[in-house]
Amino acid sequence: MQYETVIGLEVHTELSTKSKIFCACATRFGAAPNTQVCPVCSGMPGALPVLNQNVVEYAVRTGLATNCAITRGTKFDRKNYFYPDLPKAYQISQLHQPICTEGWVEIPNAENRTKRIRIREIHMEEDAGKLLHDPWEDASLADYNRCGVPLLEIVSQPDLRSAEEAVAYVEKLKAILEYIGVSDCKMQEGSLRADVNVSVRPCGAGEYGTRTEMKNLNSLRAIARAIASEAARQIGLLEEGGRVVQETRRWDDDRGESSPMRSKEDAQDYKYFPEPDLPPIEISEAQVEAARQALPELPETKKRRYITELGLPEYDTGIITGSIHLVRLFERASDQCGNPKEAANWIMGEVLGQLKATQTLPEDMSFDPDSLGRLIALVQSNTINRGTAKKVFAEVFSKNVDPEAYVQEHGLALITDRGAIVQALRQMLAANEKSVAQYKGGKAQALQYLIGQGMRALKGQAPAQEVRQLLEELLE
Amino acid sequence: MSITNQTALQLAAQLRSGALRVSEVLDACYAQIEAAEPTVHGYISLCREDAYAFAAKVQARLDAGEARSALAGVPIAIKDLICTKGIPTTCASKMLEGFRPPYNATVIERLHAADLIPLGKTNMDEFAMGSTTETSAFGVTRNPHNPAHVPGGSSGGSAAVLAAGEAPIALGSDTGGSIRQPCAYCGVTGLKPTYGAVSRYGLIAYASSLDQIGPMGRCAADCAALFEIIAGRDEKDSSSMDFPAFSAAAALAGDLRGKRIGVPAEFLGEGLQPAVAKALREAAERFRALGATVEEFPLPMLAYAVPTYYIIACAEACSNLSRYDGIKYGHSAAGARDLLETYILSRSEGFGMEVKRRIMLGNFVLSSGYYDAYYKKALQAKRMLQQAYFKAFETYDMLLGPVAPTTAPKLGESLSDPLRMYLSDIYTVTVNLAGLPALALPCGTDENALPIGMQLIGKPFGESALFAAADAYQRTEDAPLGRL
Repeated sequence: MQYETVIGLEVHTELSTKSKIFCACATRFGAAPNTQVCPVCSGMPGALPVLNQNVVEYAVRTGLATNCAITRGTKFDRKNYFYPDLPKAYQISQLHQPICTEGWVEIPNAENRTKRIRIREIHMEEDAGKLLHDPWEDASLADYNRCGVPLLEIVSQPDLRSAEEAVAYVEKLKAILEYIGVSDCKMQEGSLRADVNVSVRPCGAGEYGTRTEMKNLNSLRAIARAIASEAARQIGLLEEGGRVVQETRRWDDDRGESSPMRSKEDAQDYKYFPEPDLPPIEISEAQVEAARQALPELPETKKRRYITELGLPEYDTGIITGSIHLVRLFERASDQCGNPKEAANWIMGEVLGQLKATQTLPEDMSFDPDSLGRLIALVQSNTINRGTAKKVFAEVFSKNVDPEAYVQEHGLALITDRGAIVQALRQMLAANEKSVAQYKGGKAQALQYLIGQGMRALKGQAPAQEVRQLLEELLE
Repeated sequence: MSITNQTALQLAAQLRSGALRVSEVLDACYAQIEAAEPTVHGYISLCREDAYAFAAKVQARLDAGEARSALAGVPIAIKDLICTKGIPTTCASKMLEGFRPPYNATVIERLHAADLIPLGKTNMDEFAMGSTTETSAFGVTRNPHNPAHVPGGSSGGSAAVLAAGEAPIALGSDTGGSIRQPCAYCGVTGLKPTYGAVSRYGLIAYASSLDQIGPMGRCAADCAALFEIIAGRDEKDSSSMDFPAFSAAAALAGDLRGKRIGVPAEFLGEGLQPAVAKALREAAERFRALGATVEEFPLPMLAYAVPTYYIIACAEACSNLSRYDGIKYGHSAAGARDLLETYILSRSEGFGMEVKRRIMLGNFVLSSGYYDAYYKKALQAKRMLQQAYFKAFETYDMLLGPVAPTTAPKLGESLSDPLRMYLSDIYTVTVNLAGLPALALPCGTDENALPIGMQLIGKPFGESALFAAADAYQRTEDAPLGRL
C-alpha cells in the first residue's frame, strides 16, 4: 500500500530583543551561568512580570510577514508544570487568544511549484532555563540565564507531506524571521528549534492517522531524519497490522532513531488559566498599520524583483534570497561594482564554494561585506585577473584581508607596462624556437602553447587578451 | 500619655518638634514588645539593629528640619509576607523558614523613602490562608483583648501588635478580608485599598487578582497618612494603576453631610451575632447624626460570594505556590532520592494543612474537564457581583456593613471546622472580588468586652470618602476606638 506522511510543525524562535520578555535582564547567548538573572526571571517570591513591549511589536511584525491576522485583544495564560528549569513552576504563555492567527507561507514543492503552508497561530511565551548534568557530582545544575528569553511559537497546520517540505518550510520561516530582524535564528544555539508532529495514512484516505510528536529538534538535518525515520516506523507498524500510539517520542540524532517518552495517558494537565499578573493587551489599528508600513521587502518579493529587474537566473535568486546574509552581501557587492550579474556569479561560485568548503553558515561569515564588491571592481578595472581574484577572495573569506592592500603587498596586480610585457614575451619566444617554427609552419595549436608560456613568464599577471594580441604581433 | 498609647500622627508631630527622639520611640516600642510578646506573640522576627541604624539617619534629617513624610520617624510593623531585603520573610511557613529576599518590596522602598522605621515582621496565617493566625508554622498569636481568643487573620500579627501597643502603625495584606477581619477582632482600623492602588511587587502572592497591601493603625487618620505614602502606580506591577492624586489632608477635610450610606440587607441576615447587629445600628445612628442618610437595600449574589472567592483564590494560589519546589530556596527535603521525591517530600514537609487543602482545591478546579464548571463559572459570578456593587453605587456614596458575623472566637474553635471558618468570610470576600476599597474600624464591644468592627465600602478609588467618614466618626464624642 502507498502511504502519505502528514506533518505539522511547531517552530520556536527566540526573539533578539535586548532584554527578556518580563524583566530587564539581558538575553545575550553564552554568558556565564546565572549572571543574567533577577528576582523576576528566577521566580523569587513576590516578584512580578512586566511585559516588554518590543516582544509584542516583534510578534506583530512576524504575524504580518506570514500573512496572519493580528488579534486586537490578546492576553497571557499560565501553563503550570513542575520542572527544575522552570523556576516559577509555570510558563507564561498564550492559550486562548494568541497574538497572531490564520496565516501562511509559500514553499517550493517537489514539482518546483509553489505550495502554501497554513499557519494556525503564533503565540508569545517565555523560554525556560537550561539544566546541565555534572557527572562528577552526579547532580544537575540549573542555569537560569535563558529563563524569560522571549519566544514565538509558530504552529503550522498539518499541511506538510515530506521531510523535504518540512525542511523547506523551516528554511522559509528562518529566512522571513531573519529578514524582519526579529531573531538571529541560530539553530546551533537553540534560537530556532522545532517540535514535529508526524502521522501516516493510506494515500487517498480522508482522515488523519494517529500522530506522534518529537520535541526540540535543533537542526534541519535532525528534522528531516526524524520525520523520515518516524514515518517509516509508523508505516512498518501498520503494515504488520499494528497501530500507532499517540505519544511523545525522544529523537536521538546520534543514533538516528526515536524512542517512546510519554504516552497520551501520561500527558500532563497544564491547568491553564488567565495570567492574573498581566493585564490584557490592546493592539490598535494604528500600531498594526505602522508595523505593516515598516516591513522590509520579504524573500518572495525580492526574488521576483531580482528576476525581473536585474535579470538574474531563477535558481540563483532562490539561493541568494534564501538568506538575508547572502542578500546583504549581494546587494552591497552589486552596489559597489555596479554589476549585479557579476555579483550574483561571485556569490553562487566563490562565496557558496567557500561556505561549503569551510562548513560555514551564511550568518557566520565574518569578513567585511564591502570586500567582495571591491574585489569584483578590481577585476573589472583590469587591475587583477579573475584567477588572482579567486585566490584573493579565499584570503578575504578566511582572514578578512583588505583586497586592495593584499594585491599590493603580494604584487598581484596585472602588469600594465606594454614594454615590459613585450620584453618578457620576446625572451619566452627565444627559448621556444621549436614552437615558434611549428606555428609559422601552420600549426595553429602552437599559439595556444605559446600564450600559456607567455602567461607563465608573466606569472599570470598580464591581461590574457593583451598577451595574445602582442604575441600574434610579435610572431608576424 | 505614654509613647505606646499614641497615634502615629501624634508621635510624628512630636518627632518633628523635637519633643521626642526617634530612639526614644524605638526604645518604648521594643520595651512594650518585650513585655507583651510572651502573651501576644504578634511578631515572627524583629529587626532591632537595622531599626536603630536607620533611626540615626532619620533623626539627623529631623534635626535638620527635614521631615520626608507626615510619618517620618514613626516605627512600623510589617506583615511577614512583604519582602524585606536581607531580612527573613517567611509567610509564617516552614517552607520559607530562614528565607532572606534579595530585594525589597516596592512598599518597603516607599516606607524607606518616607523615613518610617520597620520594627519587625508580624505573624500571620501561613501564606495568608486562614482567618485566625492559627495556621502559622511559628505559633499562634493571641488577641490582646483576651488571650483566650484569636486575633483574626490572616494579618492577625499586625492587628494584635497595634492593639497591644507594640507598634503604632502596621502594614497588612487583604485577599478576602485579611486586613479588615483582624482589625475588627482587635479593635483597630485598617484599609483594604482598591485593587491596583498599592503595588504588589514584593508581596508574596496568595491570590494575585485579589491581593492588596494596606495600612493598619489605631485610627483612620493614621491609615490615611500611611496610605498616601504607599499608594500609586509602580512600573514593576502591571496591575497597579494611576491613583487620582490621593492626599490624606484633603481626604480628612471631607464631611458626611448629605452623603448617602447604603446597608446591604443581606449583611444583616441570619448568623449575625446580636451584639454585632446592635453595634452596627448604633454606628448608623452616629452617621445620621453626622449628616448622612443611612438605609437598607438589597444586594443579591451574596449567596455565591464564598464559593466564588474560594474557587478563584485557590486556583491562583495553587499556581502561585508551585514555585516552592525544594530546589531554589526554602525548605528542601533532606531524604529525597530523586526529582519527584524532592518535590513531594519538600512540599509535604514544608506546607501546613490549610495550605495543602487550598492547593488541592485549586488544582481540582483548574483540572481539565472541571475548568468550565468551576473556574470559568466563578469568573462569571465575580463579574455579576461587581455589577451588583456598581449598581448600588449609582444610588449610594458608600456602603456600611459588619466585617465578620461574630467577635473573635476562642483559639482552636475555627480550625476544627474549616467550612465554618470559610463561611465567616462572607462579608469581606465580595469586596476583593469586586476590587473595591473598604475600611474596617471599631464600632463597640460585645458582652465579653471583645471589639466589634464595621466596614465602609467605597467606589473604586473612593478611599478619600471612606477616610473622611471614618475620621468624622472617630472624632465624635465617646467614639469606639482601639485600646489606647
